[in-house]
Amino acid sequence: MSELLAVEDLTITFPTGRGPVDVVKDVSFTVGRNETVGIVGESGSGKSMTSLAVMGLLPRGAVTRGSIRLDGVELLGRGEGEMRRVRGEQASMIFQDPLSSLNPYYTVGLQIEEMYRAHRRCGRQEARKVAVEALAQVGIPEPERRAGHYPHQFSGGQRQRVMIAMALVCSPKLLIADEPTTALDVTVQAQILRLLADLQRETGTGMVFVTHDLAVISSIATRVLVMRRGEQVEYGTAEQVFAEPRHAYTRMLLESIPRIDDELPADEVTS
Amino acid sequence: MSDVLLSARDLTKRFTSRGPYGRRNEFTAVDGVSFDVRLGETLAVVGESGCGKSTTARIVARLMEPTSGLLEFEGEDITHASGARLAAYRSNVQVVFQDPFSSLNPRHTVERILMAPLDYQGIAPKGGRRAYTRELMERVGLNPDHAHRYPKQFSGGQAQRIGIARALAVDPRLVICDEAVSALDVSVQAQVIDLLRRLQRESGFSYVFIAHDLAVVRQIAQRVAVMCKGRIVEQGPCAEVFDDPRDPYTRTLLAAIPRINPEWDRRRRAAG
Repeated sequence: MSELLAVEDLTITFPTGRGPVDVVKDVSFTVGRNETVGIVGESGSGKSMTSLAVMGLLPRGAVTRGSIRLDGVELLGRGEGEMRRVRGEQASMIFQDPLSSLNPYYTVGLQIEEMYRAHRRCGRQEARKVAVEALAQVGIPEPERRAGHYPHQFSGGQRQRVMIAMALVCSPKLLIADEPTTALDVTVQAQILRLLADLQRETGTGMVFVTHDLAVISSIATRVLVMRRGEQVEYGTAEQVFAEPRHAYTRMLLESIPRIDDELPADEVTS
Repeated sequence: MSDVLLSARDLTKRFTSRGPYGRRNEFTAVDGVSFDVRLGETLAVVGESGCGKSTTARIVARLMEPTSGLLEFEGEDITHASGARLAAYRSNVQVVFQDPFSSLNPRHTVERILMAPLDYQGIAPKGGRRAYTRELMERVGLNPDHAHRYPKQFSGGQAQRIGIARALAVDPRLVICDEAVSALDVSVQAQVIDLLRRLQRESGFSYVFIAHDLAVVRQIAQRVAVMCKGRIVEQGPCAEVFDDPRDPYTRTLLAAIPRINPEWDRRRRAAG
């Protein structure tokens, strides 16, 4: 099997005043090339910790056990220097809030250039060309002019596009998207989801999509991992998890989603 | 009509700021908004960020005065009411905010938080502070033995129940929910929506329910007003607006809602 990402029995433990606490327990999943795997769960489920572990970005003091292999290479236990090379080059991550991930003092063009030059030997001019192309690829109009603008000059949806451009500029094999559309308006969310799906088709990047929103997951993921309190509740194809959920918790989650097509009970419809 | 509790006519709110060299910048946040809230009903105001829905809520709560327009409560003009009339209005209209932890004083116990609106109004709580606090906590599904705890000792969903109990303390006629369930996890959100509906059934007050999530709105509102760029582009009964939207913006908004593959959903529901 040539899985792109293979996470096996991942356990993340934090030391606390009351002894060690497992925030993630024995989680296993794989991501194929060109595939999107969704990790879904409520707050405190460990979904973000799992994705941070893949990037080697866990807070200090976290102890990890198990195995995380990217393209056959073990990532757990690697030093910070090595992980720096992996990040951006092999695997990239985008977050919920692009404004806090971008440096307000530099133009977006420069930030994308720096990302590129950190991993590739090339001059300023070539990097600028790549940055402008990257902005064009994520659908920023007038990319040449916009590369000279600062993050605050972009709308929320455009900022997330800039983050995606930066994440993909070195053509990583894996993209981890942690709640990338949660802070966006629903019409903008739809555009960003379409963009991610299109880019994935073009580039063949494997994607881990972390969210609390089951409906979003169902529109983008081929396989789904449901987490609760650090444990893996259910893992299967999107069709199986949504059509034939095996676990009571998954069923409860699915039943809790408010639906646009469900009306109020008749006795509450007045006037 | 006699069953209208609150009536808003042509509400407009302009904000002005001064740019460099004293240049005036004007921004119209709410632009000629009119609607009625009937007795015992829930009117939802929906829209995306910046559409003016929260400004509308603040005007209705009289936390802010409109630049122009008219606000009537039970037939009385309260657009610019002050003093005793404003205090009376505030005992009839209460607000539940999005983030319970920033709208509840972290250094006050639940009892003190719940009794604050009564203290402000100078009303003596029925049966004494302790008994009335217990009654309110029970109504919103909180353990009344926790009346002397502080907000941070509660989960997000429980803290929001405290916010709801505080709104109910003065027995209001209208409760304004400004994104009151938006920050909650989906399973907790469903419980809080059920609670809001039950409280309305029990007490017969009206809601103005401000939200960006149309699916949530469908669970609670009888009528809905869709806002875009400060204006109401469409309003009517939920069934009409959601099933047969007239305005192109409403259609775009409805089409953008992510949905679970309907085929999968049907199979899951059929399996029970």
